[in-house]
Amino acid sequence: MTAVWDLLGATLVLLGAFLCLAAAVGLYRFPDVLNRMHAATKPQTLGLLVVVTGLAVSLRTWAALSTMLLIVALQLATSPVSAHLVGRAAYRSGQYRRDLVDHDDLADDLTAAGFDLTDQAGDDHVGPDTDAG
Amino acid sequence: MTLAISILLAVGGVMLTVAALLTVTRMARGPGPLDRIVAADVLVAVLVAGIALEAVWSHRPTSLLVLLVLSLLGFTGSVSVARLLAREKR
Repeated sequence: MTAVWDLLGATLVLLGAFLCLAAAVGLYRFPDVLNRMHAATKPQTLGLLVVVTGLAVSLRTWAALSTMLLIVALQLATSPVSAHLVGRAAYRSGQYRRDLVDHDDLADDLTAAGFDLTDQAGDDHVGPDTDAG
Repeated sequence: MTLAISILLAVGGVMLTVAALLTVTRMARGPGPLDRIVAADVLVAVLVAGIALEAVWSHRPTSLLVLLVLSLLGFTGSVSVARLLAREKR
């Protein structure tokens, strides 16, 4: 039974390592910051959950289990903060490829709220829905 | 069964090494500072997975506290740099 738990833990750690590899490949190949963030957030939440679950299954102590729960809770609380701020900085400073944006919902909302977006570095997608209504 | 576990963990270690190399390549090449921040976040995730793999390999729970600190403080760097960039624009 011990060997089965050990094997399960090693398999979970291997799955987490595969998620890290997939994120790194996406980070290497995707074209701009927002696409790379999409790939990069997978090992931060799911990968960490899987890896630390494998660790707790492999160690099988209450101290490891409680520390694992704390690690997962802290990561799930802090990782969206950094992702939100990086995405916000990328959008506001225009460091993403606007030609890859299919539809800019945030620009619609900002325009409807009265913000002037003409100073953004856009070429073909500035001022959407100007003829609306 | 121990051999199977060793093989699994070795394959995981190779995967993490390749992932770290690709991430460092993006960090060195990535055109903007935000690409480098995202790459640094992924590198922290790879580091966490590597430390957990070492703990599984050696059956010692001592490095769990390192994982705790990394998950608590890993986001501060990207938050501070993102705030700095957002302020630079205005």
